[in-house]
Amino acid sequence: MNPEELTAHEIHRLFENKKITSTEITEALQRRIENTDKKVKAFVALTPQLALKNAGLADERIKKGEKLSPLEGVPVAIKDNMCTKDAVTTASSKILKNYFPPYNATVVNNLEAVGAVTIGKTNLDEFAMGSSTENSGFFETRNPWNTDHVPGGSSGGSAAAVAAGEAIVALGSDTGGSIRQPASFCGVVGLKPTYGRVSRYGLIAFASSLDQIGPLTKDVEDAAIMMNIISGFDPKDSTSVNRPVPDFRKSMVADVKGLKIGLIKQLMGKGIEADIKESVKQAVKKLEELGAKIEDVSLPTFEYAVATYYIIAPAEASSNLARYDAVKYGHRAEGAQDLLSMYHETRREGFGPEVKRRIMIGTYALSSGYYDAYYLKAQKVRTLILKDFEKAFEKFDVLISPTTPTTAFKVGEKSDDPLSMYLSDIATIPVNLAGLPAISIPCGFSKGLPIGLQIIGKAFDEETILKTAYTYEQNTEWHKKKPNVK
Amino acid sequence: MKVDKKTVEHVAKLARLGLTDEEKERFAGQLSKIIEFAETINKLDTENVPPTSHAIPMKNVMREDKVHIFAHTNAILNIAPEKEDNMFKVPRILE
Repeated sequence: MNPEELTAHEIHRLFENKKITSTEITEALQRRIENTDKKVKAFVALTPQLALKNAGLADERIKKGEKLSPLEGVPVAIKDNMCTKDAVTTASSKILKNYFPPYNATVVNNLEAVGAVTIGKTNLDEFAMGSSTENSGFFETRNPWNTDHVPGGSSGGSAAAVAAGEAIVALGSDTGGSIRQPASFCGVVGLKPTYGRVSRYGLIAFASSLDQIGPLTKDVEDAAIMMNIISGFDPKDSTSVNRPVPDFRKSMVADVKGLKIGLIKQLMGKGIEADIKESVKQAVKKLEELGAKIEDVSLPTFEYAVATYYIIAPAEASSNLARYDAVKYGHRAEGAQDLLSMYHETRREGFGPEVKRRIMIGTYALSSGYYDAYYLKAQKVRTLILKDFEKAFEKFDVLISPTTPTTAFKVGEKSDDPLSMYLSDIATIPVNLAGLPAISIPCGFSKGLPIGLQIIGKAFDEETILKTAYTYEQNTEWHKKKPNVK
Repeated sequence: MKVDKKTVEHVAKLARLGLTDEEKERFAGQLSKIIEFAETINKLDTENVPPTSHAIPMKNVMREDKVHIFAHTNAILNIAPEKEDNMFKVPRILE
């Protein structure tokens, strides 16, 4: 038994039978990190003492034979844009390099409350702006399947850590695909919940109407376990929705008989690699054999989603990032003689090129005389995209597409061309604009790199996408393949 | 819309963002391309289409107008770049 290859639910069973301790698992992962993270570079910060302390506490409960929560004593990694009062929280930005928040994000409190063991904070594209983790203000994370390639982004550190066996499960955040795209690139499961399902309190804001926290895991059951713990209303986030949270593990039923699946036509055409289209076709065929009913569906406004997103997301980002003013926390440039130059210099030194670019696009789109032409127009197109989804869901229970148009690209391949980088999120962005839940699960390989299948659900119907994903997973072997990091 | 260096300077000033000359040149080119791409949404007719700010219906949430004592003033002041007593300190803003 290799501890780093276990899932949370497998570890839980071993704890119940007293076959292994949390301390043993935690130390095994720490050794794994020691050995592989030089190559993968998934972590911005590790919390070894804290992890062993919490593992020890879990072990006392295990020893006493107390009833354990499914994540009790399980090592988790947290994307470094979620506030942790016991560990640095950088958003992979130089402007927050030494930031120790005075509070925990709600999701972090949720994990601590059930005895999960935080082992470290993972790398991301600075402020979650990017699709490759190359925009980190510190260093690039590499894909465990082939370290010449990117892990995707922005939750590239979390996806790579889970894929490389450096964490059992991880949290990510998804604004335009930042959980699903790296999950796809790294061959793991990634779920973006419905907007409002999970509290964003303590998530460092990027685009507030799109951001959502979710899990990255080795299989679908672990995603359901994580969802049970992080979901729910939080008075501290007024956009979190006050409605009952189902037990997502009840969706772990391998049955899609009679399920109506729409295969999105716009995401199976030109611009999508042939191997990916073929894998998705095979996956759909598999689901059909298992009893689902498949039909093509057209969502004509999809081709405008990326353009819409690149007005709305930067506009919201430019407002959110105005808070980095060197007054209350974070970096302050030295030697500024007046307030204005303190702002200018701090932000010039603290932000990387992509963050600056998005602040510029957003400020431009919101500036006097342009607001109606860009921001308001984009919000109207957002309505049309929403309506396309509504219409499709009148007929279908879930929609399916590839998660990404290509497999993981090479480090450096797109870093000089922002627009081509933006287009790598063509399949995931529409889902954020519509606030819907979606999951990416492994469905094949192309030249040794993983391919992801995206399953999109109706708002607040994570259960059906989990059930569909679980059914596919239980009838295939892709999720059992592990990278050999070298 | 073509974004020239002068527009870049204006927008950077609005955003309180210091840019080097090289960045201004580079952003002028890149922003032009990105904005031009974003303008493809103009092909869609949105006459009589209402805007969506949040995809999931939301309404404003008001909390009770009640005083809570905040106990962590020091934890917040301790992470400030510069402080004096229980205040944030900034460079002089009045002559």
